Amino acid sequence: MNLKIPFNNSKLPINYLLKNGSVIDPDKNTIEKKDVLIEGKIIKALKKNISVDEKKFKIIDCNNFFISPGIVDMRVNIGEPGFEHKETIKSACKAAASGGVTSIVCMPNTNPAIDQPAIIQSIQRKAREVSLSKVFCTGCITRGAKGNEICELQLMKEFGALGFTDGNKSVSNARVMRRALNYAKSFDGLIIQHAEEPELTQGGMVNEGEFATRMGLTGIPNYSEAMIIERDLWLVRDTKCRYHVSHISTKESVEIIRKAKKDGLPITCDTAPPYFILNELSLENYRTFSKLSPPLRTEEDRNNIINGILDGTIDVIVSDHTPHDQDAKRLPFNQAEFGGIGLETLLSMTLNLVKNNNLSLTKAIALITKNPSEILGLKTGKISPDSEADLIVFDLEKPWKINSESFHSKSKNSPFDGILVQGKNLMTFVRGRLVYKS
Amino acid sequence: MIEEKVFKNYPHKHLLGIEGLLPDSINYLINLSKKYANYLEDNNQKLDDLKNKTCINLFFENSTRTRTSFELAGKKLGADMLNISVGSSSIKKGETLIDTAMTLNAMQPDLIVVRHNDAGAVKLLSEKVNCGVINAGDGPHEHPTQALLDSLTILRRKKTISGLKVAICGDIMHSRVARSNIHLLNTLGAEVRVIGPATLIPKQIESMGVKVFYKMKEGLKDVDVIIMLRLQLERMSGSFVPSIREYFRYYGLNNEKLTYAQPDALVLHPGPMNRGVEIDSELADDLDRSAIFEQVQMGVAVRMACLKALVKDR
Repeated sequence: MNLKIPFNNSKLPINYLLKNGSVIDPDKNTIEKKDVLIEGKIIKALKKNISVDEKKFKIIDCNNFFISPGIVDMRVNIGEPGFEHKETIKSACKAAASGGVTSIVCMPNTNPAIDQPAIIQSIQRKAREVSLSKVFCTGCITRGAKGNEICELQLMKEFGALGFTDGNKSVSNARVMRRALNYAKSFDGLIIQHAEEPELTQGGMVNEGEFATRMGLTGIPNYSEAMIIERDLWLVRDTKCRYHVSHISTKESVEIIRKAKKDGLPITCDTAPPYFILNELSLENYRTFSKLSPPLRTEEDRNNIINGILDGTIDVIVSDHTPHDQDAKRLPFNQAEFGGIGLETLLSMTLNLVKNNNLSLTKAIALITKNPSEILGLKTGKISPDSEADLIVFDLEKPWKINSESFHSKSKNSPFDGILVQGKNLMTFVRGRLVYKS
Repeated sequence: MIEEKVFKNYPHKHLLGIEGLLPDSINYLINLSKKYANYLEDNNQKLDDLKNKTCINLFFENSTRTRTSFELAGKKLGADMLNISVGSSSIKKGETLIDTAMTLNAMQPDLIVVRHNDAGAVKLLSEKVNCGVINAGDGPHEHPTQALLDSLTILRRKKTISGLKVAICGDIMHSRVARSNIHLLNTLGAEVRVIGPATLIPKQIESMGVKVFYKMKEGLKDVDVIIMLRLQLERMSGSFVPSIREYFRYYGLNNEKLTYAQPDALVLHPGPMNRGVEIDSELADDLDRSAIFEQVQMGVAVRMACLKALVKDR
């Protein structure tokens, strides 16, 4: 397969020397000017003033740029199998590579759903053919994500499932959730929950409150998220299983998780850029690209999500990449699908917290590299000698306007379209190969 | 032809809702409606204000009165009126709203009147056509011509809107009539209250400038105008309210509850009425108290004004 420039999926080994970049090490919490020597798949050396034979190494000057571990995005809908008109593994991998995401963790709500090992194998085989970013899978908690019977969790784990979730559905039955947590505990599995009480959110389109009332849209109560988390915490207290709440969006969720962490429960959580960049007002004029699940909330919620990121309550930032074709979004608001794409904006939006909210650069990078990698038990997400060379080179200052038409994702439904941002990925290395160069 | 020199004009391309309209624009439409209402009272003849103009009535939701009212209004002005209702169109065959809009636009109408069951759908459609669009109701969002005709009716009986106390009662949550009326009455300076069981009052409606009451006795105290809303059948039994008889007992308007209001309080209802559910049958027929049939009459005049204001010369 031959992908056009700027992508490169050639298997030919090239060795690189990245000169003089500011290397961000989220493990050590440091930023230092260093050279990075990549030999084969591995970072061979990481120090100042490395000199090499210019014939054997391609030397890239990274002065003025930052070098960090590649991004691990733990919430991506890839669309394949089942929704190839929205996104394919190939287009998702291109979007990921250009956005600096070296590891994609895909959600199991494909069609058929990832509820058995064979589908994981099939996705991984295709990802190997595309050979850009790494692709990992999560498996369903329940068969077909229907919320009734537990899947073959251990078998799926053996075949590579990093965690278990019903994707964009909540496991609403407390008995099923309790069994899943209990069962996963026995093999140290990770249960990932999309927290939303379905009985309360039925028919809901946007955050309940003044805005929904004015627009004449059915509201989703803010606490429909918190009440599922609170319920699950009882189960986690009992089972002691590792539990991760995905894309939290409300003040209350942050408060509950902050307290649960203090109490020592094995809980982690993530949020996505829309929830700390936008609020419900971006739905003005019935803008369907901002119709997300969970819905965009109030400004107060947004500020509390930022506080949760700053104080470490929120462990991870995910893209929550949910591709939808035009036909699924150019509809009356009630009929349009939920979700927005995010692989190509995740880095810039995370860096926005550094620019506007005084988050340190190393912490920001940890939120999208080291932290998700540790939660998922991956070896990537770090930058150290002898580790696999999953790296990105980015410009922290470069200003650009988000134009979803220029994105590599097959779908263009970005809630950030038209926004001005700073910071852009320039190069992406996966296993030592330069897979993307802008 | 009717003289229009007193008025400036209506400055927008579409009429999608009352929210955001300035008092001047609203007054322009109401004054033009008054002219037409006066004309209709004295004359039976068609006008030629919109001669050679084509208007399309596009109704995605069943409607008799609003559709007929627009049709009649257009015909009184000499326009050619086309009716398209969903049952017989390609929308049932799976055509998207945007495709429908672009198809109709290609036929170059002068105006499209749209009703749709989804909030915001009329706005979406208006973005895809060149002509003006009138919202004849979009989900629970807005129904501007209904609010205008309610205000016109109130004005005829009460002379002014500013300073009046108006109570809107019943299913506020699902009502586009309530939302448009709240915007309009507030813009013209009335004091607006909403009354209903908490299950039918949407969250934070206070921020739209209304006072919320859960009891008729308290909410109706001293009001000058009562607007009753229709309660949809499917919401009556056990979902939003437990039963019809319980609803009527606590929120249905009868002569006894009417005594809480001003002695000359006016009763409006956008129709169709559920007699014995939200309004007592006898009261509905009392022409001194209830202006329900006058509303229908004013509806034609208001729609004539809106059609006239929005159809542009080409």
